[in-house]
Amino acid sequence: MPDTKAKIALELNGEPVEVAFAPHKTLLEVLREDLGLTGTKHGCELGECGTCTVLVDGVPVLSCLVLGLACAGRRVKTVEGMAEGGKLHPLQHAFAELGAAQCGYCTPAFLLAAEALLAANPRPTRDDIKQALAGNLCRCTGYIKIYEAVELAAARLRGEVAEPSQESLYGRR
Amino acid sequence: MGAGEGRKVGRSERAPSNIPTVQPSLRVVGKAHRKTDATAKVTGATRFADDLFLPRMLYAKLLRSPHPHARIVRIDPSRALALAGVKAVLTGKDLPIPFGILPVSQDEHALALDKTRFVGDPVAGVAAVSEEIATAALDLIAVEYEPLRPVRDALDAVAHPEPRIHAYGDGGNLHKLINLEFGDVEEAFTAADLVREDLLFFDGNTHLPMEQHAAAADWSADGKLTLWSSTQTPHYVHRALAQVLELAPARIRVIATPNGGAFGGKSDPFSHELVVAKLAMVTGRPVKITLTREEVFYCHRGRHPTLMWVKTGVKRDGSITGMHFKSLLDGGGYGSYGVASTYYTGALQTVTYPVPRYKFQGARAFTSKPPCGPKRGHGTPQPRFALEVHLDKIAEQLGIDPAELRLKHLVPPNSLTANWLRIGTMGLGACIEKVVTGSGWKEKFRKLPDGKGIGLACSSYITGAGLPIYWNPMPHSGVQLKCDRGGGVTVFCGSTEIGQGSDSILAVIVAEVLGLDPFDIAIVTGDTDLTPVDLGSYSSRVTLMTGHAAIQAAERARDVIARHAAQKLGIPPERAAFADARVFDVERPERGLTFGEAVQLAEAAEGTVGTVGSYTPPPSAGKYRGAGVGPSPAYSYSACVAEVDVDAATGIVRVPKIWIAHDVGRCINAATVMGQIEGSVYMGLGEALMEEMAYRGNRNVVHKIPSLLEYKSPTTLEMCDVVTYVVEDPDPNGPFGAKECGQGPLLPVPPAVANAVYDAVGVRIDEVPITPEKVFKALRRKAKGEEPRYGPDRFPDILWPEPIRVPPPWEGGDGRAVEQSDGRTVGPKALPVGARR
Repeated sequence: MPDTKAKIALELNGEPVEVAFAPHKTLLEVLREDLGLTGTKHGCELGECGTCTVLVDGVPVLSCLVLGLACAGRRVKTVEGMAEGGKLHPLQHAFAELGAAQCGYCTPAFLLAAEALLAANPRPTRDDIKQALAGNLCRCTGYIKIYEAVELAAARLRGEVAEPSQESLYGRR
Repeated sequence: MGAGEGRKVGRSERAPSNIPTVQPSLRVVGKAHRKTDATAKVTGATRFADDLFLPRMLYAKLLRSPHPHARIVRIDPSRALALAGVKAVLTGKDLPIPFGILPVSQDEHALALDKTRFVGDPVAGVAAVSEEIATAALDLIAVEYEPLRPVRDALDAVAHPEPRIHAYGDGGNLHKLINLEFGDVEEAFTAADLVREDLLFFDGNTHLPMEQHAAAADWSADGKLTLWSSTQTPHYVHRALAQVLELAPARIRVIATPNGGAFGGKSDPFSHELVVAKLAMVTGRPVKITLTREEVFYCHRGRHPTLMWVKTGVKRDGSITGMHFKSLLDGGGYGSYGVASTYYTGALQTVTYPVPRYKFQGARAFTSKPPCGPKRGHGTPQPRFALEVHLDKIAEQLGIDPAELRLKHLVPPNSLTANWLRIGTMGLGACIEKVVTGSGWKEKFRKLPDGKGIGLACSSYITGAGLPIYWNPMPHSGVQLKCDRGGGVTVFCGSTEIGQGSDSILAVIVAEVLGLDPFDIAIVTGDTDLTPVDLGSYSSRVTLMTGHAAIQAAERARDVIARHAAQKLGIPPERAAFADARVFDVERPERGLTFGEAVQLAEAAEGTVGTVGSYTPPPSAGKYRGAGVGPSPAYSYSACVAEVDVDAATGIVRVPKIWIAHDVGRCINAATVMGQIEGSVYMGLGEALMEEMAYRGNRNVVHKIPSLLEYKSPTTLEMCDVVTYVVEDPDPNGPFGAKECGQGPLLPVPPAVANAVYDAVGVRIDEVPITPEKVFKALRRKAKGEEPRYGPDRFPDILWPEPIRVPPPWEGGDGRAVEQSDGRTVGPKALPVGARR
């Protein structure tokens, strides 16, 4: 039963990394247990909830369904790689500002799925956002603040000056 | 002790009435704030329980019963113990002391002692050097079972008192029977113009937090236990550990890690917490357990499936003369919070519309399924669904618009209900007006094209329970506050951050009182070694109770600091104002000190600047047995309008939009209020349309769908648009007037959807969830000329105990029960069980 550890090289959050791990491990397990990056979460480990989403070569994947071995030579991005130079990514900033992260457990996955969406489509409609995030479950927010945060970040990434609406933060009165 | 009562510096005096002062000078309270933990959460830095990795840590797994009801004849763990890498195996006899969240239901064992009571009941626990080895070891534990007849559901429990699942309770397989009578309802029915009866069913559903429960334990060589756990109630876990492990509470530290969603599902002490603690003690090494998603379904403690019968008498104008309500709850295999849940199915019918006479009969059955307990709304979404659908039918029979019917008959503010609940502020009328206007109700109701419909419902919820879960005269919440000479302030409180933003509430309130920025405040919560007791994140109690405790602690610190700052400035202390991290002369604001300088003066004169605050709810008006469930310092109110599209060919119901208005008293953090309301609407929508705990129909009573794929919950594609109206009717019992918002707005959603389905296609779905099959069947019946309805058809005969008779306030009572016909005295004894989130 004891596996000989496999060793791979990959690009992780913009930096070259080598890691050795039991070859049956999923990318989720390698990230959390062998690389110490616990920002990637799990909700089912069966590919049902989207909570473990990371980007592999810029594409959202369920890290619980991807073998670590399959990531040799690939570009992997986790939530830990989103903020740069101590500055939050516009998506992170908007999620924090609007309360799109309540318990925060599904948040890393939503952030990465949204980042992939905005890379492909800088001006998504509400329906585009719903489609892009349909594989990620959130039990706290009802998704509404998440949509609004993605829209806010998208506007800012386009260089527009954008602020949350009063209705979004305070409701109608 | 409330916000408006202490000496206010630099702020208008409190108006001499029970209407709280509008406080235009509030600088921090009421604004939309980023949560104190928001950055950690968006960067993945927040450490949840499963993110803990301790040196030499072992991994634990639980062996669970494959039988719904069985006697354990023999357990042999020897082969598992012999497996390389296995460090310990525990069985029931290693943890023989029972426990349970309620003092009246100490019916659980960490590992089944002699019997298993549902498929998934933990039987043995293993610690090994890896999760893989621990899992492999489970297969090597030999257990011999003698299967017993399982109980499928509550009706089965009523029909089959034997074999009993538990040896205690109110007879057979009935755990609890309640019979309360507030005035003569039969007489009230004879005085009515219309008496209507309805039968409804609310199926069970579960919390489904995205984080699977996890816990890690460490036992130190000096005999101290530390448990990290994703729990909403570290204080109750602390008590359960002390009881079951027979350790002094002083030697146990429970740290509630941030919960990755909870919704009530992490508020019981659990088997896995006790087992992992014992395994750490036995092995002398840290041990962690993380439940699989399937196991989370077995922990459950979710919504009780509830069968309800309601009979109401009304006058022609819609005013209620009396109501009789019966509920039968399917409790699952253990007590959990179930006694309180059962009371809650009868407690809050009276707080929205005046019910001059009221009778409630409630029963909870033990069944061979995962235990039910408190889910968001705890025991009240089911009766609220029944009541609001029932009222919709009454309004139609009377020919009154259902919004008008409700608006014409609102419980008055500052009043007592028939069951002795004390209402404070009451913003339901404003809520109804908001959603009626916003949705264009008058232009749409009964006027939309076939297949499109609109429905309305209302609700109310408690802002914390008036009584604690275990009887004690101590405060429900405590805060300690430390002012640093550098100008920072640390708040210590036992409350638990479950995503609702409770840490931010403390920061905002202390920042308001001390004139600081919320991000100048450090928050330490949920750690039994470091923080004073707060009872936990349940029953929508946290903002109100920790808020009051924080105000008291902060006002005491402010008074100390003001005294010495004023001396330095040569002014009377009353003139010292706190704002913008300064302490200054309110009459000459340019004359002042920084907050840090002022703290230094106080510290030099009096020593370390530290204060405490605490909160105990006001006494309840009711003094009868059972009066412990329902009383609250303040009641929130909600109104909801739902629009639906019903596809008659498939029965599929889609909800494009919901308008929700919620009376929150006052926002402390407007952004988290919005999040709680929207999240409640989402969860209510899931319960309305799709969420259900389903079990196989055969005798095995196996959970049919213990996975996130098959347990349907709304994705982005099912979630509706939400228009949220925040109504602020400040309540004198709330901190700065605040009431709850985390649970109440869920309640009106299922009945609003059901009422809208009727408006759309003319069929009544008297059962939640409103699945396509049910709508389709009802439409078929309608087409055949049968009753256009889907729902239950009978409430079983139950041998109720003699009622506890309590005259309503307007019939000369004093809140106590009167003597029964057989001469036995019932009451006055309030049952010390609380509400919970």
